[in-house]
Amino acid sequence: MCGAPDQAALLPAGTDLTKETVLAGRVVSGDKPVGGAFVRLLDGTGEFTAEVVSSASGDFRFFAAPGTWTVRALSRSGNGEATLSPESPGLHRTEIAVA
Amino acid sequence: MSREDVLVTADWAEKNLGTEGVVFLEVDEDTTAYDGGHLPGAVKINWTTELQDPVRRDIVSQEQFAELLSSKGVANDDLVVLYGGNNNWFAAYAYWEFKLYGHEKVVLLDGGRKKWELDGRTLTTDVPERPGTSYTAKPADASIRALRDEVVEAIGTKNLVDVRSPDEFSGKILAPAHLPQEQSQRPGHIPSAINIPWSKAANEDGTFKSDEELTALYGEAGFDAGKSTIAYCRIGERSSHTWFVLRELLGHADVKNYDGSWTEYGSLIGVPIELGSK
Repeated sequence: MCGAPDQAALLPAGTDLTKETVLAGRVVSGDKPVGGAFVRLLDGTGEFTAEVVSSASGDFRFFAAPGTWTVRALSRSGNGEATLSPESPGLHRTEIAVA
Repeated sequence: MSREDVLVTADWAEKNLGTEGVVFLEVDEDTTAYDGGHLPGAVKINWTTELQDPVRRDIVSQEQFAELLSSKGVANDDLVVLYGGNNNWFAAYAYWEFKLYGHEKVVLLDGGRKKWELDGRTLTTDVPERPGTSYTAKPADASIRALRDEVVEAIGTKNLVDVRSPDEFSGKILAPAHLPQEQSQRPGHIPSAINIPWSKAANEDGTFKSDEELTALYGEAGFDAGKSTIAYCRIGERSSHTWFVLRELLGHADVKNYDGSWTEYGSLIGVPIELGSK
């Protein structure tokens, strides 16, 4: 799940994937991307850690650390969540289906 | 001071978009958010270039603040309604600066952009033109701003409220998780600080929790209502959110925001740092 070139294009210049644990993904409703969704990152205890707004293509990303994380999306199309458990730095991807 | 004096609802805002003497100002962490759509009539403030000195690390001076508001067309007696993305973090930071420089009538829009968008209310890309004013700012009110020496002296005596996430508090990460983590300063927190993440004060839609919920939240976390308080985070914006809760919503008398926050404290030579959660 690491480092495909097209996905790396989502990252800011200079991001070092040997050090940074990047959690990235897309918010979808059916097969359509959901832009403008509020995506929050919750830590292993369910505590709020950060929040971003998904891009027009439904994409979002966080800079986290190895561990267990939940990504939760709120949108006008509905809400949804997914879990990620990265064990090492790199780019880790998921999809959040909202309904 | 009560909730109605410092906070307006989205319904109130929608009804007052064109009201004379009411100015809506949008302040976002993502400084391009305004350009993609904003409340009709709202004026943009860029926190990185307009609320901070362009050269030194500091907030703008009294003169710079007066110039800014004059150029934005804000008059001294206008009711300023601040709102923004990311649960009003930077709108709260602006609110704190408006209070610091003595603007009397200023409120936050409860829920900010998020609630407005989730409600499906109108956004526009039209940029309003407001004639300039001659705004007069007051000298900075030192009673709501903490500087580093005062923070070190407060260890073990005042409430030090660290509003960052638990992983930033314990030293596991150095910045909120939507930002790159490589930083120069040391991780950890100020000794004797209690960790009450700003997010616990907000509902999922970005609105503030009720006074009863907020009082219970801080009480359970060890906040001593009989003591003076300093709130801090990484760069002072999330702690503005908590400063707003403690001083403006709950009415605690002596509450300061430490805008130097962890990026300053964690870089100081020789100050004590604590690691781990507690």
